Amino acid sequence: MNLTLKIWRQKSASDKGKMVDYKVTDISEHMSFLEMMDVLNEQLVNSGEDPVAFDHDCREGICGMCSMYINGEAHGPDRGITTCQLHMRMFKDGDTITIEPFRATAFPVIKDLVVDRTAFDRIQHAGGYISVNTSGNTQDANSIPISKHAADEAMDAATCIGCGACVATCKNSSAMLFVGAKVSQYALLPQGQIEAADRVQNMVAQMDLEGFGNCTNTGACEIECPKGISLENIARMNRELMKAAIK
Amino acid sequence: MSGFFKSSIGRKVAMALSAFFLMFFLLQHFAINILSVFSADTFNEVSHFMGTNPLIQYVLQPVLIFGVVFHFVMGFVLELKNKKARNVAYVKNNGAANSSWMSRNMIWSGAAILAFIILHFIDFWFPEINTKFIQGDWSGMHEGVEGYRYFHELQEKFVSPIRVGAYVLAFIFLALHLLHGFTSAFQSMGYTAMHKKTLQNIGKAYAIIIPLGFIFIAIYHHFNHIH
Repeated sequence: MNLTLKIWRQKSASDKGKMVDYKVTDISEHMSFLEMMDVLNEQLVNSGEDPVAFDHDCREGICGMCSMYINGEAHGPDRGITTCQLHMRMFKDGDTITIEPFRATAFPVIKDLVVDRTAFDRIQHAGGYISVNTSGNTQDANSIPISKHAADEAMDAATCIGCGACVATCKNSSAMLFVGAKVSQYALLPQGQIEAADRVQNMVAQMDLEGFGNCTNTGACEIECPKGISLENIARMNRELMKAAIK
Repeated sequence: MSGFFKSSIGRKVAMALSAFFLMFFLLQHFAINILSVFSADTFNEVSHFMGTNPLIQYVLQPVLIFGVVFHFVMGFVLELKNKKARNVAYVKNNGAANSSWMSRNMIWSGAAILAFIILHFIDFWFPEINTKFIQGDWSGMHEGVEGYRYFHELQEKFVSPIRVGAYVLAFIFLALHLLHGFTSAFQSMGYTAMHKKTLQNIGKAYAIIIPLGFIFIAIYHHFNHIH
């Protein structure tokens, strides 16, 4: 298939940036979206132009690096996927595809489609862990009984890959689905209880400090999340913060 | 606790609490207004009680004013903060792919409701405050009207088709606001409302029946007023 691509080009963080049109031809419908981008970049390199910078790593939907906003949706027009799992069969011959970086003040553009998502790392550092003594006297994992239901829910929350699609999709650039998932995965387990109050307070404080917006419960994040992280995690985070404030 | 209400989640909770209060107020306002369709005397009696009861006038009325002002001011403050959270807008954004129009446009339906409340205050609340608190007339009587004045005042307001049209339009916006706001308030309070079908259905029923009821009252009095 032959396509027109409208891509955000921005030389550096300080550059203003603009949309630039490109044509790609003979794209196979079996290609992944990133492979199509590789074809474009090969074309650009061969003609002496600067290739489009975009994040990618595992290309199997695990790392969460491929942060593209395609035709007005995070990771493009499909559900439960990252951009590397988006296939060209989702498009038609002659289509025009708009490709932009994830947009949020807390996710500044570094170059073209590459954004800085270290705000998520700083939120994690603020409390997204449990303190465990690993100096040789670690407890046996099976000595703490955990119900199947709690273990499953914690595991579901822990599948968040921190890709930032929730922020990119949210009309308020809110990071509450991400933070809700990270708070929940520990809040649901006995090991997470000791630091529960500090964790939620510190992570929410860091989230606010980074300049993410407020959640207005549109539910868009849940729909666009490649791992299907549930809005229930945001509700749980709200409960956890209320509990911590009353303590 | 003051730190809690400064956080983004604390503000959501505060918005939800004021929303619950306003939704309860709306329900009782409707319950009283619908009486005007069935019995002018009952409507007058209840209106006089509400308008002269010290607990309602001196405690609940100020709480209501605070709730209304807080909900609007905080709504606009949060909207401005949320706008700042995305300093460069998308060239192409397909919001309809993953969220409802109502959820994305709460600020606009809210602004329409605010415009209506200003009209409503000019129509009813300011004259009421003037009569009672400035002129000191708590009798509920009006010259040239038999019995209490409330039913007469209500009918008088709905003579104008323009005002009735404005009321109908405002209540359509209120329905749109409530269609998202009802469940959203529960979700903000930590209840997983967005995935609870029963609560969502109750929310939809509330969001449609109450505004529709107010529209019915306005239209009913427009066509049934005493000349």
